[in-house]
Amino acid sequence: MSLEDPEPDAPARVEERSPDELAELLGDDIIDREQHLNAPGYVIRPDAVQDVLSTLRTDAGYDHLSCVTAQEYEDRYESVYHLRKFDDPTQEVSVVVPADRESPVSESAEPVFRTADWHEREAYDLVGIEYDDHPDLRRILLPETWQGHPLAKDYDQDRPQVVPLRENANPLQEDTRSEQDADTMFLNIGPHHPATHGVLHLKTTLDGEQVADVESDIGYLHRCEEQMCQNGTYRHQIMPYPDRWDYISAGMLNEWSYARAAEDLADIDVPEYAQVIRTMCAEMSRIAAHLLAVGTFALDVYGDFTAIFMYAIRDREKMQNLLEDISGQRLMFNYFRLGGVVWDLPEPREEFFEKVRDFLEEFPTALEEYHDLISSNEILQMRTVDTGVLPPEVAKNYGATGPVARGSGVDYDLRRDDPYGYYDELDWDVVTDDGCDNYSRLFVRLREMEESAKIIEQCVDLLEGWPEDDRTIQSNVPRTLKPDDDTEIYRAVEAAKGELGIYIRSDGTDTPARFRIRSPCFSNLQTLPEMAEGEYVPDLVAALGSLDIVLGEVDR
Amino acid sequence: MSSDNRPFVTDDSQVLTETRDARMTGGDNRFNSKLREAFGSSPFILTKFDKFMNWVRGSSMFMLQFGIACCSIEMMHTYAVKHDLDRFGAGVPRASPRQADVIIIPGTIVSKFAPRMKRVYDQMPEPKFVIGMGSCTISGGPFQEGYNVIKGAEEVIPVDIHVPGCPPRPEALVYGVAKLQERIANGESSPVTVKPYELEQFGDLDRDEIVQQLADDIDEEDLVMRYDWADSP
Repeated sequence: MSLEDPEPDAPARVEERSPDELAELLGDDIIDREQHLNAPGYVIRPDAVQDVLSTLRTDAGYDHLSCVTAQEYEDRYESVYHLRKFDDPTQEVSVVVPADRESPVSESAEPVFRTADWHEREAYDLVGIEYDDHPDLRRILLPETWQGHPLAKDYDQDRPQVVPLRENANPLQEDTRSEQDADTMFLNIGPHHPATHGVLHLKTTLDGEQVADVESDIGYLHRCEEQMCQNGTYRHQIMPYPDRWDYISAGMLNEWSYARAAEDLADIDVPEYAQVIRTMCAEMSRIAAHLLAVGTFALDVYGDFTAIFMYAIRDREKMQNLLEDISGQRLMFNYFRLGGVVWDLPEPREEFFEKVRDFLEEFPTALEEYHDLISSNEILQMRTVDTGVLPPEVAKNYGATGPVARGSGVDYDLRRDDPYGYYDELDWDVVTDDGCDNYSRLFVRLREMEESAKIIEQCVDLLEGWPEDDRTIQSNVPRTLKPDDDTEIYRAVEAAKGELGIYIRSDGTDTPARFRIRSPCFSNLQTLPEMAEGEYVPDLVAALGSLDIVLGEVDR
Repeated sequence: MSSDNRPFVTDDSQVLTETRDARMTGGDNRFNSKLREAFGSSPFILTKFDKFMNWVRGSSMFMLQFGIACCSIEMMHTYAVKHDLDRFGAGVPRASPRQADVIIIPGTIVSKFAPRMKRVYDQMPEPKFVIGMGSCTISGGPFQEGYNVIKGAEEVIPVDIHVPGCPPRPEALVYGVAKLQERIANGESSPVTVKPYELEQFGDLDRDEIVQQLADDIDEEDLVMRYDWADSP
């Protein structure tokens, strides 16, 4: 791992270099230049990945490997490394690594960015590119027994996957204890376990009660979201799927990620009125999502369906009622459209605004209750303060974003740093905490809800006074959307769990040629071994709860 | 013995509460349940033991605390305040399959998870019941065309009640649970389906020609399971 010390001249790193200067910096490693809609792209030699990325990281300050996209063309394979800066995420650069059609191999980026580990395993699993120098190139989402790489062009989906029954033999055999050392024990947590927040499998090695090693085994909810989106048309068929990535009522935020990427790709304007509605709905979703995160974290730490969980569900019900008034659904909203939202706010508007204001009026009292029950509770503090420590440099190296990064003092929030929607017109703050532990991640979420409530209040004020003849909810978007051939874009929004990015490559048809989802939970979950190793098993569970993962988004 | 010394007897005129009043006068029949009517004045009832057991089973179900995907969020809401599944005698989620009667399958099942879910189901004690929640457990739902998605829970385990929706509202799940209770009280449950790869366990049964043909398809040395059984020849 290349963990660097933070450089003393931090502000200097935000300085932007022009594409030509960067090209000069990289020198002979570049074999071609591309232009992506979001960033300049440099095609580099497949054996110079580590050189290029570490140069970009140390000399040009691109310290955030946001996403790795793998795809197959007619004549080659390609891995795209999307880099940006934690200090200024509008500065982006794409590093394109071509690989041979016959034997697709390129150099791994794992020694430079730890986060590349899982991203490259996924690329190997789904597309079939192999990475030299990768420490552990195995399948990650599909079972080990899978035959073929499903997002490759020659994959035949109708061929049955036949698996010997012995492959699914009980893993809990007599090997629960190490033969060499009586204190070493192997423990499987999940995939069916109340503390794993879904179907996550943790293979832990215990030394007594301490966690010596933990390996997350994911893929138990890999439901081919990228394939589904690649099969759907831009205009209507893709939008229902984002709701199902992060399904904790955070659908509006996810829809926005797709809307933002596709709108920038096809150059669609969004009316200001729709942007305000979007901002309001997104923050409502964020409150609902954070409430569940707080409730289930308390469930993990206290261990039963106690008051805090029920309180959280009670407040979520209120929020879901509001969201249902807007969209007609409790969980899967499907409310955003390219170029706006599907319909206006519910009539009578006064009644709706009244309901929202009622919620906002009661919400500070409810938050006070949570602070009484959770954050100022000594028992919880003993359990969570200074456990699951994630230093900021480690968090950056793993590409952690959202409340996990902000709980480690990384001041990174795309709503402010890469503004979209109506956020830059409103008055709110980014919440960070320097504690780096389970407690600060929880505390950041609690305080972020206050900020979200502030944003909603300002949006309601704006919407109430909006002139009636200026309420355009959608701009004029063609029925069949065909973006230009071979256009590539990577756009991200700040979802409930962090940076949710979408990469789309169009091929001139009405469906994307490649649709890649950069899920914040996927990167956040990768930090778990850093937080849990050396801690006790209950702290492992607390650390996992404080990461607030959603398996639908981890596995996609 | 004078009445003054008798313990536990209070003045009737003082305790004529509304509840008692309603019960005595029949003005409100909330307190005269079917069961009470059946009992009459006698504390004994005559019924078949099986029928009684079915009634008991339906009235006190322990659910498995089992979350897969989106539907599990609505399932949590069904358990929690507002919808409160406990009102129907079915709101105690158990974390261990050994203690559970009912498994709600809340979400998409993918190839990697199917064998694990089968194992969890196998670990539940008989009699056990299955509620399939959401479109994914019916057919794969919106993800049906995915390469990795099992086309419905019935590919793996038998399902008693399907609750459609994406996701079903908590009210729909409550209705599904109530329907299951009704079925259990009537002594019904879905037949146990035997997948061909399980036939080995039933080797002592008489084999008709269909079973024989299926059994012949199996390579005894190396049993296989197919993730997409319905499409297979």
